[in-house]
Amino acid sequence: MSRHHISTTINGDSAEFLCDTDESLLDCIRNELHMTGTKEGCGTGDCGACSVLLDGRLVCSCLVLGVEAAGKKIDTIEGMAQGDKLHPLQRNFLEHAALQCGICTPGFLIAARALLEKNPNPTETEVRFWLAGNLCRCTGYDKIVRAVMATAAELRG
Amino acid sequence: MPDDIKLDKELKVVGHRNVRPDGMDKVTGRAKYGADLILPGMLYGRVLRSPHAHAKIKSIDTSAAEALPGVKAVVTGKDFPDQPKSKPPYGPMIQDAWDATRNIIAREKVFYDGHCVAAVAATSDSIAKQALKLIKVDYQILPHVIDPIEAMQPDAPILHEDQFTLGVEGATKPSNVFRIMKAAKGDVDKGFAEADLIIERDFKTKAVHQGYIEPHACVGNASEDGNVEVWTSTQGHFVSRNQLANLLGLPVGKIRLTSSEIGGGFGGKIPMYGEPLAVRLSQKANRPVKIVMTRDETFRSTGPTSGSHVWMKIGVKNDGRIVAADAKLYYEAGAFKGAGIAAAIGCMFSEYDLENIRIEGYDIVSNRPKVAAYRAPGVPMAAFAVEGVINQIAKKLKIDPVDIRLKNAAKQGTVNVSGIKYGPIGFIELLEKVKAHPHYNTKLEKNQGRGFAAGYWMHAGGMSCASVNIQDDGTVTLIEGNPDIGGSRASMAAMAAEELGIPFEKVRPIIADTSSLGFTFLTAGSRTTYATGMAVVEATRHAIKICCERAAAVWGVTPEQVKWEDGHAKPASANVGDFAPLSLSELAKKAPMMGGPIAGHSEINATGQGPAIGGHLVDVEVDPETGFVKLLRFTVFQDVGRAISPDYVEGQLQGGAIQGLGWALNEEYIYNDKGQLVNAGFLDYRMPVASDVPMIGTVLIEEPNPNHPYGVRGVGETPIVPPQAAVANAVENAIGIQMSELPMSPPKILRAIAADRLKAAE
Repeated sequence: MSRHHISTTINGDSAEFLCDTDESLLDCIRNELHMTGTKEGCGTGDCGACSVLLDGRLVCSCLVLGVEAAGKKIDTIEGMAQGDKLHPLQRNFLEHAALQCGICTPGFLIAARALLEKNPNPTETEVRFWLAGNLCRCTGYDKIVRAVMATAAELRG
Repeated sequence: MPDDIKLDKELKVVGHRNVRPDGMDKVTGRAKYGADLILPGMLYGRVLRSPHAHAKIKSIDTSAAEALPGVKAVVTGKDFPDQPKSKPPYGPMIQDAWDATRNIIAREKVFYDGHCVAAVAATSDSIAKQALKLIKVDYQILPHVIDPIEAMQPDAPILHEDQFTLGVEGATKPSNVFRIMKAAKGDVDKGFAEADLIIERDFKTKAVHQGYIEPHACVGNASEDGNVEVWTSTQGHFVSRNQLANLLGLPVGKIRLTSSEIGGGFGGKIPMYGEPLAVRLSQKANRPVKIVMTRDETFRSTGPTSGSHVWMKIGVKNDGRIVAADAKLYYEAGAFKGAGIAAAIGCMFSEYDLENIRIEGYDIVSNRPKVAAYRAPGVPMAAFAVEGVINQIAKKLKIDPVDIRLKNAAKQGTVNVSGIKYGPIGFIELLEKVKAHPHYNTKLEKNQGRGFAAGYWMHAGGMSCASVNIQDDGTVTLIEGNPDIGGSRASMAAMAAEELGIPFEKVRPIIADTSSLGFTFLTAGSRTTYATGMAVVEATRHAIKICCERAAAVWGVTPEQVKWEDGHAKPASANVGDFAPLSLSELAKKAPMMGGPIAGHSEINATGQGPAIGGHLVDVEVDPETGFVKLLRFTVFQDVGRAISPDYVEGQLQGGAIQGLGWALNEEYIYNDKGQLVNAGFLDYRMPVASDVPMIGTVLIEEPNPNHPYGVRGVGETPIVPPQAAVANAVENAIGIQMSELPMSPPKILRAIAADRLKAAE
């Protein structure tokens, strides 16, 4: 069976890959484009470790097919910092010790950025419910929520 | 090194909130975890797993799979040498080689749903998946048993025909009980005879998984000259290397394991699963092979911890003083022996100063995945029972739950059931801090309840190595051998920088592969910051000693006349002479003229680890209509010895508490009548999410461990011991009904409320 030739944009750069019909976008990003910052925790859309933006919409890339990325824009963790300047969320995650093992961190950062773009002044409850689709087993979420709240305050100035 | 504890001196790096050195890679997606290595020519490995809980393997036909284009290798149990039965000790961390090889890939029988039967390597993942469907396994299905109490019955299906219970004289029939362990102190019967009040209760907990977000992943790469390279997500690559050599019949020196970044472990990444398969497939295919588990495989085939039945009886005087404690523990081991009963026995009453204790522990096999260590392995289930009964006693005697613990608290000089005599230990200070805390004095509303429980974990020492290389610009490379799960590199770098008197950022910590450093034991038992930290301090002091010798040679004085201070060699006193201080980089630059590079190293077998006691204070609100438990407040108190990296110590306390909360309220392994796990995914195995919990308060009590140069005790495991009992106690106080079974999921709470109403109506 021949594979599909997909042209897409990832973190602002045009990219092409071949994929099987049933191959997930997550597998394409990792195994075809070799961008391994996006993680697989479950493959069933329950943990959020594979969160990316697809045309600006927050999705679990394990629940999207690679062929669906044709002609669309994908944003992953690798495109979050601007050159050597971290996104304020990345910096605040470091300063607030909002990660332990770090496997869930890319997904949390992508999801939190999507929240702050939609709602620059979230309450703690809003942050917690927005991030309820991202599992972290190490931190108990405390420092993650603090880092997101601190970033929101910082961005509001 | 206890003679030079730096506890009174003002510390410049240790105890400060330094940004972890591995953090940048983790927030940018650059960090490489188990599944992130991609090698040229790499094949995709997949594992065929048993759908049966218990079956004899009559035959396996792999010929059709091997014939599929793109398939490069297939392995079954026959591709691995059999192993002799090993000797004790057995436990969640140390596995009998006979068991280990059978758990990695089945030989005569499959023992649980999810048990590995065969593995394939192919040029693509989809070909590997197709190949699995072409493997024909002829099973003879056998009766199975899941529950440990049922597994103990005389008519239960027997898993291992040659297993006779250890600890029973003259056992003639094979049994699913591997052994009965006993421990005692004082005279329990006499203690009960003197008691004013005796409470006896049964408790049950379900098997729960460690739930790390990164599934197991590895790459095996065998070359034609017999050398083997393995990249793997593990809590102990040195231990795995030695086991791998044993299981594959290879020389240890031929194998090099590199530990990837590890996406959580909690004990569950101590055993090996995919590594021997990937290496054997690679040997057959002569290409690198990657094996990444799915989440379904991770639930069905790895972890979990034991489900348990615990019987508990405690006797007290009217003033709350415990005079006798008696317990029986029945723990699931999974398909092979090794439930955490020894650790449970050693820890379960150890936060108290008790005269009379008797404990009996049963290590029981059944048709479930072999249990793995899970954060203080074995202890939370026992603590759930101990603390549950103590809370009930406090209620009956109308004593404050903190006061009853103050009455019985372990202190310096207390001897526990294992005969361990305590050095300084901060439990009394901890309890006093609980009583004084605003949380303890917050008013509760209707349907709300407050719970408190304590817990103890003993910690591990063991072998560790470290090297410190001083570069000629004054930067430092620190090499150690413990995979860093929760920020340990930050603590290692902090201790080295503190010793050297240089900024934290000048030290770069590296985790060596198994060929680049001496053997270092697991990242487990909360041992890393204690034992490897001690090696790091010793290696750093070794480098400093060389620096002082070099300065002495430059100045023409003796090394004793040189002191090390703020990153410089300085004359030890004015009498030595008027010499300008020499910096680390000035000394390192002189290396070519003065005997070569400056490097310190240390190889130790650490002992003297101090135990840690924690106390958890929990407020909940129970909805009587739905049975839903809402967590309102959670404050964790713990004697941490000394917090090298306070941010990450708090993180351990918060994370452990919330894992314990999941264990208490939601998480459980659910089997159908065929012995198949039916909730092997994160949707149906419900772990706590951000919207389930509030902020988690932490109170660090620092009673330094005198055996460590910075007072470290270890912190990671104690936080999962008290929460189950603390949450149960809070729920009981909210609904006025005793809860003896975990998880306290909404249907269970509703049933308890309905039964209570029925009883009241009668």
